[in-house]
Amino acid sequence: MSTDAAGLGRGRAVGFMVPALVLIGVFLVFPALWTIYLGLTDFRLTGLAAADPKFVGAENYTAALGDERFHTSLWLTVQFVLGSAVIGQAGLGFAIAWALRDRSGPVRRVVEGLVLLAWILPSSVVAFLWIALLDGDQGTLNALLRTDGFAWLLDHPMASIVLFNTWRGTAFSMMLYGAALESVPPSHLETARLAGASAFQQLRDVVFPRIRGHMLTNLLLISLWTFNDFTAFQLTAGGPEGRSEILPVYIYNVALNGGKLGFGAAVSFLVLLINLVLALVYLRLLRGRRGVAA
Amino acid sequence: MTVGHETRPAAPPAPAGTGRVRHSLGAIGRATFLAMVAGFFALPLLWLATAPFDAHPTITASVPEFTLRNFRSLLDNPYALGSLANSVIQSAGSAVLVVGLAALAAYALSRVRVPGRDALLYCLLLLSSVVTGTAAMVPIFELATRLNLIDTHLGVILTLTGGLLPAAIFILKDFMDATPTSYEESARVFGAGPLQILWHIVVPVVRPGLATIGVWAVASVWGSFLTPFILLRDPEKSPGAVILYTLYTEGGSPKLDLISTFSLLYSLPVVLMYVFVSRKYGFRFHGGIKR
Amino acid sequence: MRPARMLTALAAATLALAACGSEGSSSGSGDDNTLTITANAISGGKNAATADWTKNWLIPKFQEAQKAKGRNVQVTFQPNGVDDEQYKTKIALDLKSKAGADIIDLDGIWVGEFAQAGYIKPLNEAAGPEVDKWEGWSQIPEAVQGLGAFEDKKYGLPQGTDGRVLFYNKKLFAKAGLPADWQPKSWQEIIDAGTALKKAGVPTPLQIDAGTAMGEATTMQGALPLLVGTGSEIFADGKWAGGSQAVKDVLGFYRQIFTAGLAEPRLQQEAKGRDKSFQQFADGKIGVLAEGDYFWRSVIEPKAGVAPMQDREDTVGYALIPAKQPGAGVRGQDFVSMSGGAVRVLNPNSKNPKLAWELLAFMHSAEATKEGLIGEARITSRTDVNDEVLKDNPMLDFVAQKVLPITSYRPGLAVYPQVSVALQEATADIVSGKSVEEAAAAYDKKVADLVGPENVTR
Repeated sequence: MSTDAAGLGRGRAVGFMVPALVLIGVFLVFPALWTIYLGLTDFRLTGLAAADPKFVGAENYTAALGDERFHTSLWLTVQFVLGSAVIGQAGLGFAIAWALRDRSGPVRRVVEGLVLLAWILPSSVVAFLWIALLDGDQGTLNALLRTDGFAWLLDHPMASIVLFNTWRGTAFSMMLYGAALESVPPSHLETARLAGASAFQQLRDVVFPRIRGHMLTNLLLISLWTFNDFTAFQLTAGGPEGRSEILPVYIYNVALNGGKLGFGAAVSFLVLLINLVLALVYLRLLRGRRGVAA
Repeated sequence: MTVGHETRPAAPPAPAGTGRVRHSLGAIGRATFLAMVAGFFALPLLWLATAPFDAHPTITASVPEFTLRNFRSLLDNPYALGSLANSVIQSAGSAVLVVGLAALAAYALSRVRVPGRDALLYCLLLLSSVVTGTAAMVPIFELATRLNLIDTHLGVILTLTGGLLPAAIFILKDFMDATPTSYEESARVFGAGPLQILWHIVVPVVRPGLATIGVWAVASVWGSFLTPFILLRDPEKSPGAVILYTLYTEGGSPKLDLISTFSLLYSLPVVLMYVFVSRKYGFRFHGGIKR
Repeated sequence: MRPARMLTALAAATLALAACGSEGSSSGSGDDNTLTITANAISGGKNAATADWTKNWLIPKFQEAQKAKGRNVQVTFQPNGVDDEQYKTKIALDLKSKAGADIIDLDGIWVGEFAQAGYIKPLNEAAGPEVDKWEGWSQIPEAVQGLGAFEDKKYGLPQGTDGRVLFYNKKLFAKAGLPADWQPKSWQEIIDAGTALKKAGVPTPLQIDAGTAMGEATTMQGALPLLVGTGSEIFADGKWAGGSQAVKDVLGFYRQIFTAGLAEPRLQQEAKGRDKSFQQFADGKIGVLAEGDYFWRSVIEPKAGVAPMQDREDTVGYALIPAKQPGAGVRGQDFVSMSGGAVRVLNPNSKNPKLAWELLAFMHSAEATKEGLIGEARITSRTDVNDEVLKDNPMLDFVAQKVLPITSYRPGLAVYPQVSVALQEATADIVSGKSVEEAAAAYDKKVADLVGPENVTR
């Protein structure tokens, strides 16, 4: 939609963008590029390497790529993103939006309110809430299920943080899909239904083509956020035995606890590249027929 | 967690008998699903409802030995209440900047063809993930030192705003793309300038979106710990997230009576803001004009 | 033109914020007579007593004394209350950009890496020769002075120290037929006690911190006290302990207590396992727990502890940590311990180094040290103060008299934290059921990678 309806013109359009771009340039691009540069050095915050950091080229990258722990961590992150973002947040978010689409009144307000509450609470508070829920000895969940002593966070660390992150972030997808579903004309659904289409057929033929663009936006954003989400650290600290050490936790454990900031910066950049690849995959999968949606 | 088949739409199809069964099955299924969702999202919140009122809170949610003493001991903390005011300053400042600047930029990007704008936006989005990571704190600190922003609210606001802007522009641009341009064209015919068009025509249409971005920005800043911790020196300027971390002992054990109580107080303003915003402006993506 | 006005207002607001931003930003040494102190202590939170002492006693007293000399001195205190690692990061960032407070609180273990980075200087270089003439040096034992030293130079004044012992629950011991004045003389006797406790139905007989979730607590409360109990040290004669027999002995002890069911693996793996172990000890579910005197002062303390025990005095006993066998400990000792402690350093970028030293010396005077203990006894660096205040506190007196003479300290080198993590990971391997050989081999490889194979003893 690039029809210059308001008569902005190139010049004024640039004028509109300048304030944001200046801020982004100074407080985002500049430190980000600096961080990427640090990834090429052996920089540390203390010790001899802090006094005199050396340029080491791709050494940090080869070290990371050759580290078995990095591979494990990457694989866990892929599970984390697929499980909690793509299936969890996007799937559950869509399901809630679909179930609520023609509802109003208290049911809608309560469900939406609870889902949103999980999203807006500060993360350090949220971590306490989940530990209280999942604790092996006296956790609320064990009390409810009468499974006393079942240590969820130790026996199923990945499932626990996937569930946690689903809880944490579903609100965003729910809101986005809720809005997207409003752009599907009810008459089209009605027609499909009268023609005897099942719910699945209605979704596939009427709904999805129209919300493809929103799905793309949603998946891009939540995958990126999930890839970089650190809150899970407060639940499992990456353990036990690294079984829930997703990449942000890996960076923290390996690079920052040991003060190897150069290495940490290099891994951050690797994460950026992985996200780029992921974005291209999403684009390929969803963009092809985006024209239909508009 | 998949798209549930039980969420079948509830409207009578042609054959009356099976239709009614399908209908009521669907309604029951949907109600069950929504009840489960509500339960899943409410369950973890129990601790926050019980622990602050418990005389001896542990990490477990339980029926409290009721007391309000925890609130009184929290009031003895010299920084607790002030930190919430600081959180308000920092998150409101960031939210105003994020919403204002992102709306301008998103509008321009939406209405004028800039080559490679999507790629540019996504690159910025990717870079924002590098900067929010912990590895970037050295550059950010040095930058703030050189710009004389250490120990200022402004330093925290600008740094956090820089990290939030790309996603905000990304989302708002989607909004702007989805609003029809016909009103703008007619306004232009009547001689309105671009800023006037933006303010009087576009903003009202995308207001729920702006409100959503605002709440999102406030919630993100409200929970930020590392940036304000590194950039601020004076505890009188520290936000709630930083003060929450002080409620530990010398050996790093949490003082749960204070932490649970402060968690509750610290969460309330965000919740109230959400309630206020959603009452006043609506709270969702897109909205306004239906096509 | 409402929109235009709004934009102007926004711009004006930003400028105004920017203006007040650049004004209040000098974070410390500005004028000639201002000083700033920073510490990981904050009123109403972490280390509140220290923060209150600094604000309410130290600063007014010092300013008063200076006023008597005709000088108008302004001292401010910048409190913090965070994880030690985060505090360290902030201090390092400050010093790196040549800013920061004039007097800075550091964990003694960081002195080496800060000195290597060039962030701090020896006290007599920073403030001049009067440092060496200070009266307090004679009151601080040599070993405690070592907390603030690196490569034989004194970078900081130690504030105090601590010691690790075995705490045990006398009620559970009575149930298991064990003596109330228990003092094991070898590792085997710890295991014997654990076995007896287990028979008596104690859910978790022993808690020796292990694994990575506990972080440095594993190293300090578990691995290192055991290691010095074998006669070996983590860093000695310029070399680090690799997968040596000593390290294998340590891992072997861990393996023994976990395979015999004398300790609970899950407590070592949970993110909040250490807090939980405190709670369980207070609830009478743990028989023996290795901790520093901090545990007595702040955890099971009846009034303000995080896991208070009303009957602490009667129920909780403490014993020295034995060497593997009598005489097998480091320096041929029968008993061993580990200690740490905080120090205060001068910022080499201080605009007012002489005055800063005056303040630092005043903070470490007998009077100030004694005053800093209000309400909470702890072991200070000064012998004269300890002699006076610890009389009434048998537990701390025990640490001062019996533990400090036999204790050991960690090496203050930048690579130490990483070696410590490798050691934690080795204990984690044991907890998860790996063999001693496997865990030791993995540890050996990590240490060799960190410090170079030539700097490892095997």
